[in-house]
Amino acid sequence: MLGRTANGIFWMFRYLERAENTARLLEAGLRLALTRGHGEASVEWQSVLVTIGQDEDYRARHSDYQAAQVTNWILRDTDNPGSVANMIDYARSNARSVRTALTREVWEATNESWMVLRDLMAKPLKASNLGEVLSAIRRQTTLVRGAMDGTMLRNEIFNFARIGTFIERADNTARILDVKYYVLLPSVSLVGSSLDNAQWEMILRSVSGERAYRWLYAGTMDARGIANFLMLDERFPRSLAFCYSNLRSNMAGLAREYGNESHAHAVLRKAGGKLHDTEIDSIVEYGLHQFIGDFLNDNRAVADAIASDYRFTF
Amino acid sequence: MPSKAPTYDEMFDASGAVRPAYGAFRTWYDEQDPQWLKRQDAEAERFFRQTGITFNVYGENDGEERLIPFDMIPRIITAAEWRKLSRGIEQRVRALNAFLHDLYHRQEIVRSGRFPRRLLENNPAFLQQMVGFTPPGGIYTHIVGIDLVRTGPDDFMVLEDNARTPSGVSYMLENRETMMAMFPELFTRVPVRPVQDYPRRLARSLAACAPNMASKPPVVAVLTPGIYNSAYFEHAFLADQMGAELVEGSDLRVIDGRIAMRTTRGYQPVDVLYRRVDDEYLDPLTFNPNSALGVPGIMDAYRSGGITIANAPGTGIADDKAIYSFMPDIVEFYTGEKPLLNNVPTWRCAEPDSLQYVLDNLAELVVKEVHGSGGYGMLIGPTSSKKEIEAFARKLRAKPDNYIAQPTLALSTTPIFTKAGLAPRHVDLRPFVLMSPNGIDITPGGLTRVALKKGSLVVNSSQGGGTKDSWVLED
Repeated sequence: MLGRTANGIFWMFRYLERAENTARLLEAGLRLALTRGHGEASVEWQSVLVTIGQDEDYRARHSDYQAAQVTNWILRDTDNPGSVANMIDYARSNARSVRTALTREVWEATNESWMVLRDLMAKPLKASNLGEVLSAIRRQTTLVRGAMDGTMLRNEIFNFARIGTFIERADNTARILDVKYYVLLPSVSLVGSSLDNAQWEMILRSVSGERAYRWLYAGTMDARGIANFLMLDERFPRSLAFCYSNLRSNMAGLAREYGNESHAHAVLRKAGGKLHDTEIDSIVEYGLHQFIGDFLNDNRAVADAIASDYRFTF
Repeated sequence: MPSKAPTYDEMFDASGAVRPAYGAFRTWYDEQDPQWLKRQDAEAERFFRQTGITFNVYGENDGEERLIPFDMIPRIITAAEWRKLSRGIEQRVRALNAFLHDLYHRQEIVRSGRFPRRLLENNPAFLQQMVGFTPPGGIYTHIVGIDLVRTGPDDFMVLEDNARTPSGVSYMLENRETMMAMFPELFTRVPVRPVQDYPRRLARSLAACAPNMASKPPVVAVLTPGIYNSAYFEHAFLADQMGAELVEGSDLRVIDGRIAMRTTRGYQPVDVLYRRVDDEYLDPLTFNPNSALGVPGIMDAYRSGGITIANAPGTGIADDKAIYSFMPDIVEFYTGEKPLLNNVPTWRCAEPDSLQYVLDNLAELVVKEVHGSGGYGMLIGPTSSKKEIEAFARKLRAKPDNYIAQPTLALSTTPIFTKAGLAPRHVDLRPFVLMSPNGIDITPGGLTRVALKKGSLVVNSSQGGGTKDSWVLED
């Protein structure tokens, strides 16, 4: 396949994943902000914007963090290159440019998502229809993933799509941890305080992990458990470990199809190894924030190595 | 109605009786619930939008993607009509290809005095780079879309020979898909010749034109200017259906005299390039140096036999509108036969007598730019205001050799579906022709374009025209 096509597929799925995760994070932030006074809500909104790397751009245009303003900025502002509306637009443009690599079902699901979300977000969003829009974002991106799963040949095209998905998902989960790491530090946590509980709940919600976590840990919440769950639990589909286990199998797929491993395989092994051969206690000991920072760098290095080995661009 | 002669309707005769071609269809149509038909009509639009069959209109600020309206009443041609038509088309395409070979070699037709040399001089469509070079297999016109209009039961005329990169074939295919999805039982009642194997035939025809040094089997790729091109959907569609790579200029480079595409495994050679990029953008080293759409050095690789380019660079000279008027002579010169298909009578404004006639009769004529396409820059006398005609006359006087004129034809009509029932609209027909050393292959039917506005004669999709499924009946 063309290098440009691999690049287009990879980024199409990164954009879709990012759109979906942004909607989740926003939903969790909204819930937390609703239960706070205005001052604390502002802090919460800022932390959401910092997580998705949009705080600076936002502050260049707005002077305060009002819920309606922030949600419209994140979801539909065309001046915001990272808005969900733009992300869906990029994903669809990419799908158009790699049209020949997609099944009709995947293309139609992507095109339909673009049409549905464009119509839903045509006007400024109000509190009354926000819920509908957020669930539509999740539903539409799920539709594309479902079409992908049900109709695409398991070949290099599929591998590049999945690699894009999991690079992005690992990045997004790590960013949430990067911004919120302090509430997961055992030393400062006042066990059982309502502030911590709300923050922990927010973190879990932003990765749709609150129910799964309760299941596994029978309702008890603690910082160490949550950190372990989000980073090292291979059963949870948004954990770093899960993403890396999927990256490994898709990269193995490429190696099989191409008959050889590339430099990117070695970079991936190194990055993934840090998640594999470790326990949460040693991560905490090393420094949670430091570990997450390293991980984000490693994850970027994996993406860069793949782009260069598989000739995404000149 | 702007035309003087009575209009020929392809479905109904003057007394209102259904013509034989439409008999079986009409019986089926009358049995359908009108409400259901209306719902199906609305469904068709949703279907097209969802599959993303859109085109971008040049000059629209927002780059909005538009649908070409689809009309669900088929345009029907009998087996006998088609036999006659296809013989004429084949003769014409053979002549076009021979004409191109001659123009770029000995120019016998010029020497014989049947064709003026001045039409080649200073004509940007005539490429010096092609002089003395024969493309692989001797084929220039791999894909041709001949535009035909009809004015009577036996009167089909060629309006244009689209010999560069005719578009619209994806609509021919999707229109059929849509009709079969909407009215499956209709196809069990009316025997219609299939068109769906066009992409396979195209792939086979292109592969048969591969250069000698090609891989076995040859690697075919479609070159597109990219997703913002108005016909991008078609480029992607054809590549997909042929199982060929859809490449952009930035994917290609010249390596060891061959054209190679950048794949995830490294550079791999391409043998046949079905390019949907105009000549002048093809090679920045040879033509427009600012082009980012082409491949630097491709013309050198081409001339040393490293690749087949379809259609061959320089074919545009054959569908130049000034040259069009010579087609009857051209056909006769190369085939030794009388043309089976007529030309539309054409005045060359470059000739003083003709110019005078055209200026005196502007209100009755259609005037076209020699190099224009897509219905832009033309004057339709009968539907233009006095002011528009005067403005056009000034342009015409300033640069007469830039124009040709033709009578306003009474184009045939075929009914379209409207909320009030069937209503006649003017149509044309673009059959698609493939040429390779193995022969000429014409897909039965083609693309019918229809002017959706009552009385309008402009069928171009860029000017609000629509399309129809075109049926050739089985014998």
